[in-house]
Amino acid sequence: MQDALSRRRFLLDTATGVSAAWVATKWPAALAAVQHAHDSAQSAVPPRFEYFSPELAVEIDALTARIIPTGETPGAREAGVVYFIDRALKTFAQDDRKLYAEGMAELQARAREMFPGVERFSAATTEQQDEILRSLDKTAISNDRPFMPRSLAQDFFETLRQHTVAGFLIDPDSDRRGNRDGVGWQVIGREREHMFQPPFGYYDKDYPGWQPAAAEAKKK
Amino acid sequence: MTTGQLKYKTSDEVDFVIIGSGAAGGVIAKELSTNGFRVVVLEQGPYLTEADFTHDEIEVTNQYQLTNNPKYQPMTFRKSPQDKAKRHPAFVYGRMVGGSSVHFTANYWRFHEIDFVERSKVGPISGTGFSDWPITYADLEPYYTKVEWEIGVSGFAGASPFDPPQSTPYPMPPLPVKSGGVIFESAARKLGWHPFPAPMAILSQPRPGRSACVQCGFCESFGCEVGAKSSTRATVIRVAEKTGRCEIRPNCYVHRIETGAHGQVTGAAYFDGKRTVHLQKAKAVVVCANGAETPRLLFLSANKEFSDGLANSSGLVGKYLMMNSGSSARAVFEHPLNDYKGFAVSRVLHDFYELDPEKVGFFGGGGLDTRFDSTPIGFADDYLPHETLMWGKEFKATLAHNFTRTMSIMSHGTSLPVENNSFSLDPDLKDAWGLPAIRMTYKDHPDDLKLGVFLRARMMELLDATDAKQKWANPVEEQDFAYHLLGTCRMGNDPKTSVVNADHRTHDIKNLFLCDGSSLVSSGRGQPTMTIQALAYRAADRITALAKRGGLGA
Repeated sequence: MQDALSRRRFLLDTATGVSAAWVATKWPAALAAVQHAHDSAQSAVPPRFEYFSPELAVEIDALTARIIPTGETPGAREAGVVYFIDRALKTFAQDDRKLYAEGMAELQARAREMFPGVERFSAATTEQQDEILRSLDKTAISNDRPFMPRSLAQDFFETLRQHTVAGFLIDPDSDRRGNRDGVGWQVIGREREHMFQPPFGYYDKDYPGWQPAAAEAKKK
Repeated sequence: MTTGQLKYKTSDEVDFVIIGSGAAGGVIAKELSTNGFRVVVLEQGPYLTEADFTHDEIEVTNQYQLTNNPKYQPMTFRKSPQDKAKRHPAFVYGRMVGGSSVHFTANYWRFHEIDFVERSKVGPISGTGFSDWPITYADLEPYYTKVEWEIGVSGFAGASPFDPPQSTPYPMPPLPVKSGGVIFESAARKLGWHPFPAPMAILSQPRPGRSACVQCGFCESFGCEVGAKSSTRATVIRVAEKTGRCEIRPNCYVHRIETGAHGQVTGAAYFDGKRTVHLQKAKAVVVCANGAETPRLLFLSANKEFSDGLANSSGLVGKYLMMNSGSSARAVFEHPLNDYKGFAVSRVLHDFYELDPEKVGFFGGGGLDTRFDSTPIGFADDYLPHETLMWGKEFKATLAHNFTRTMSIMSHGTSLPVENNSFSLDPDLKDAWGLPAIRMTYKDHPDDLKLGVFLRARMMELLDATDAKQKWANPVEEQDFAYHLLGTCRMGNDPKTSVVNADHRTHDIKNLFLCDGSSLVSSGRGQPTMTIQALAYRAADRITALAKRGGLGA
């Protein structure tokens, strides 16, 4: 993968400052070739955790699978979100390690309290799991997250929720181990090409081209 | 590539030190160096090129690849001078060679004639420092044209009946329309409004060394990998470097402008990437550090003569902050728009640019545009209907359905200049270099909020004229976060009521110039970068003329 990245860098270095026509015609194809190499490299590497213990990884994976569940289409689990979060805690989200440790402990305690006999979140049924998360989720509504005191488990859940979404939808060509094989983008309908041409969608396909409205010429 | 090669010694007294390489600094560097002057540009951020730009949302948004990082350069915020400010990420700016012109949306409408003379036309507004500019639209018109042709702006001249006079057509046609643009245009025309193709500082046709836009969809907030976005880094800075007289020096964080025995400025002191302090000597200094960092640097440069901040005899440095008002509305349609593809904005309308205060009951005006400005992670965070549960089966289904089918509209409007709205030094908090952090004080003028509500109703009216399956508008709220940093070292003829004169020279110090968003007297209706660059071209002409007649001496 490092190799693919450096080749991509090389191609972009080469593209900088050369004729624009060259860039426009050759660059996307060149990138696509690099991308193919990158993808092969990515899937050839067996996943390995960099931060989580295997036990913790199972719990995180179970949580992400309720945030973006697997159904007729892939969910967080198929997108390898747990690997994304694992690397996140080694990189950009190092500051969240304490929250993960303490929030997870509180969440597990809540799971045991709500469902005696269930020892871990991952051991609960999906219905029980959703109930545990609903008990935490007082604020995770779009555009309505007021500043109010929250428990550690609530803060942890909101952070984990954000990380899960990021891990599902991150550019699959980045080296963050999320959005494996681009499945997250497939789910939301984002094409993976690096360049697009009009028509872009349903409503611009028959657009005749811009014309001033007849009245406008007089108005001036 | 000549990126960041050392050319001058700090002990060389160059003709000009320019602080900041963004929208204004890049232009002035190009103009002064092509006019024969020796120029050093000190840029606090790194020198990034096309190869460094990425579609990785984490790197760009969580790791601040292109912008000021509040972890190292913290800010504080309060609503009024009586409050104790709290740590809060209050504004964002591009922190790299090219500044905010690298990551901006690239909307390039010109200010209209009214923006320069509105105070005379609608009269004073109590509680504000509402003023006319010392220059008019006609003074700036040739420079608007220069911006369009030199950096590359796509558009259709005369497409809006509300446009100010434009002496020369755009150098290239508008970018292609998006589905959201077609819906916007058709609905607006049903209502008798006048939508037009957005003027954008993004190439619709290739230029030497730069590709036309490839519609990759990672545009606003991202750096352009093919040089299609007309940042100063991709355009004028290259020209400046080719003169052989201009050195762009990255990773240089200026913390003090030095003054000499006769009160003139003598150069700029800065931390290099290893936090070693240097002093670059210069015959004159031009500060283009943006509407937050420019006043801050003047405060940091206080001395015996100017204890409240360099060139601050008016007491107005940092005051009259304006950041433009605005809100947004969204709609979901039956079929995919795929507005995630391509640049952000394809259609604009200016029917509400100039409202009659007598009729509407408040001062102000604005524009509407259709803008899909979100990449996938941001979409999931910010673009779903209110009351969507943000996890689980419903969340996933909504996300999967809406991503390709959502259209977004934004309003952009006036901010009135209120003296309390300001930047100052925080008395307690320090940045990672030990310098006082910036404190922002801001509370929207009531008219700005009324305008926001008015434009929000127009956005919903427009969406009502479509066959959207679902539509909603976000609330108009008091702002605590700024993208536009305007008016904080305002231009004017009277040294008592302004910081710089019409030549961008400080009233107090002959060889100190300020040119960036801080120079603006009024806020326009948003999209200030075009006007900042026109001002920069004009400032460079004025500075050149002054220097050539020996007018920069103390």
